[in-house]
Amino acid sequence: MAQTIFIEAINQAIAEEMRRDESVFIMGEDIRLAVYGATANLLGEFGEKRVLDTPLSENGFFGAAVGASLVGMRPVVETLTSFMWVGMDQLISQAAKMRYMFGGQATLPVVYRATMFYGGGAAAHHSDRSYPMFMNMPGFKIIIPSNPADMKGLLKSAIRDDDPCIVFEDGTLFGMRGEVPDDSELPLGELIVPFGEAKVVREGTDCTVVGIAASVNHAVAAADQLAQEGISIEVIDPRTLVPFDKATVLKSVEKTGRLVIADPAPKVCSAASEIASIVAEEGFWDLQAPIQKVASEQVHIPYSPALEKLVYPNTEKIVAAVKRTLDV
Amino acid sequence: MDIDRDKLMLMLHRMWMIRNFELKVIEVHSAGEFTGAAHPYIGEEAVAVGACAALNDTDYIAGNHRSHGHPIAKGGRVDKAMAELYGRVDGYCKGKGGSMHLADFSIGILGESGILGSSVPVAVGAALAAKLRDESFVSLVFFGDGASNQGALHESMNLASIWSLPVIFVCENNQYAVTTSYATTVSVEHVSDRASAYNMPGLLIDGQDAIAMYEATVEAVRRARAGEGPTLIEGLTYRFEEHSLGLGRVRRGEYRTEEEIEKWRQRDPIVIHEDRLIAQGIASREECDAVNAETQEEVERAVDFARNSPFPEESDLFEDMWANPIPQP
Repeated sequence: MAQTIFIEAINQAIAEEMRRDESVFIMGEDIRLAVYGATANLLGEFGEKRVLDTPLSENGFFGAAVGASLVGMRPVVETLTSFMWVGMDQLISQAAKMRYMFGGQATLPVVYRATMFYGGGAAAHHSDRSYPMFMNMPGFKIIIPSNPADMKGLLKSAIRDDDPCIVFEDGTLFGMRGEVPDDSELPLGELIVPFGEAKVVREGTDCTVVGIAASVNHAVAAADQLAQEGISIEVIDPRTLVPFDKATVLKSVEKTGRLVIADPAPKVCSAASEIASIVAEEGFWDLQAPIQKVASEQVHIPYSPALEKLVYPNTEKIVAAVKRTLDV
Repeated sequence: MDIDRDKLMLMLHRMWMIRNFELKVIEVHSAGEFTGAAHPYIGEEAVAVGACAALNDTDYIAGNHRSHGHPIAKGGRVDKAMAELYGRVDGYCKGKGGSMHLADFSIGILGESGILGSSVPVAVGAALAAKLRDESFVSLVFFGDGASNQGALHESMNLASIWSLPVIFVCENNQYAVTTSYATTVSVEHVSDRASAYNMPGLLIDGQDAIAMYEATVEAVRRARAGEGPTLIEGLTYRFEEHSLGLGRVRRGEYRTEEEIEKWRQRDPIVIHEDRLIAQGIASREECDAVNAETQEEVERAVDFARNSPFPEESDLFEDMWANPIPQP
């Protein structure tokens, strides 16, 4: 089992899929020189034709990816969440709606890799965690990995999937080290993580904590801390938000009777909101305490670190929320 | 350019098919047979028919809200188009798209977009695929004078130019974006002037003349297939009817004079084409009238097909969301 850095896992997934399937190509801004890191060495191996640097024209090239996918290509688009707003028309009016609107005639195997750089003093224009807005729009599969192995396996699944996928990559994890199994150790001979299968990261009995992206790791840290006080936490990573594996969450809540959801997105209509509503509708009688959302504050991201650190979920906030559910 | 008789008659046939389709749509929509928006293409037939006559089935088109003319011009089926307008299960999109979203992927019709300018990047992407795979198909996209002000178009023209993509941008300049005059909203005299900013040829063509549109598109397609890049063709035209069915009842005031409408009605693209065929001895008056009659009959059969097709079942609501389906949340 190799130790791999998160951003290398992205790179491995893209390179492996480009080797495997000639219809896969990647496009985005400054990807040939890998300014954001994930596309390192792809130009050298695959050449200019399959590694396309684009102009600053998100609406144009997001849509070009749609068109290329319609006629048999499998584009991977690199972008940042904060630049997605510029290309929203192509994402919503075309990528999300086309298959349904045309009665199933259109097949769009397109992947948008949207990196969320937040928590580093990038201020309001460069710190978006926008996946809940896309959960609200039918038509996208939404992938949100929390560690290098899932990052690699889910991105490979996304590239092979025939539907539009948005992979929200948590930039705060780009330097994270984690174990990624060697292909020879795997039954299928390669690392593929299917959609819609949540992972129980830590088993526990007193309270369920569902984490989204980097919040999974904060939840694990909270579990370690609470274990010292004799409190046993079950940590769940949904891994994909669309499709969402509600069965694993409901089963856990049935056991623990308590639910905390840690979500880096702003808390109104967040992923946490949706998960809370599912459990309120379908797991209410298992609950012994009110559900707690630990999401970002409903405010823009301030530049000053003194303020920015107040916004996001963190280990302390999760610990406090768990204790509220236990009334301790 | 020598154009063979079959091609000239095909153009006449398709123009009559569009005209008779649209006249029938106005009739049955007024009678309340279906609801929803519909945007008649009457008066503009030569633009799509001339352009599509220069394409093969393996080439792609994309279009906009004024959407009935484009698929018919590309050789699409009027019965499936009509059934779609009726919201029936045998429609092109199984009743899920309606008038503004006709599509027939089997003959390269990548669909019409109700958001204007929005299908232009998509068409550029199809052309990008041709280049990446070293294939010879081209992609052609229709948009209006209104959409010529959309950023999507300008980003697309730039992309197509820098990558030298086999795409043809066809502006159907009917001179009004709903009620707003092109003269007051476009910064240049002609939309085709915008091509120079993107280092591609920009042609201003008489959009009432199917042969002129055909010849301009043939050259654009040749350039595209030869790897010489994109072309912008502006077909100057006019819609004889209101922007959409029923708009006349809601707008407050006039935006076009009767004189202007009448002046353009005197330049009917079908009359222009028939007069030329007859003058050159290519077809007789009777042969032209027979095309009109045949297409009327086919449109009647299309209406019967639509009326007899069932509505979708309730169980169809969630179908066609995904290629690899997932559970409903």
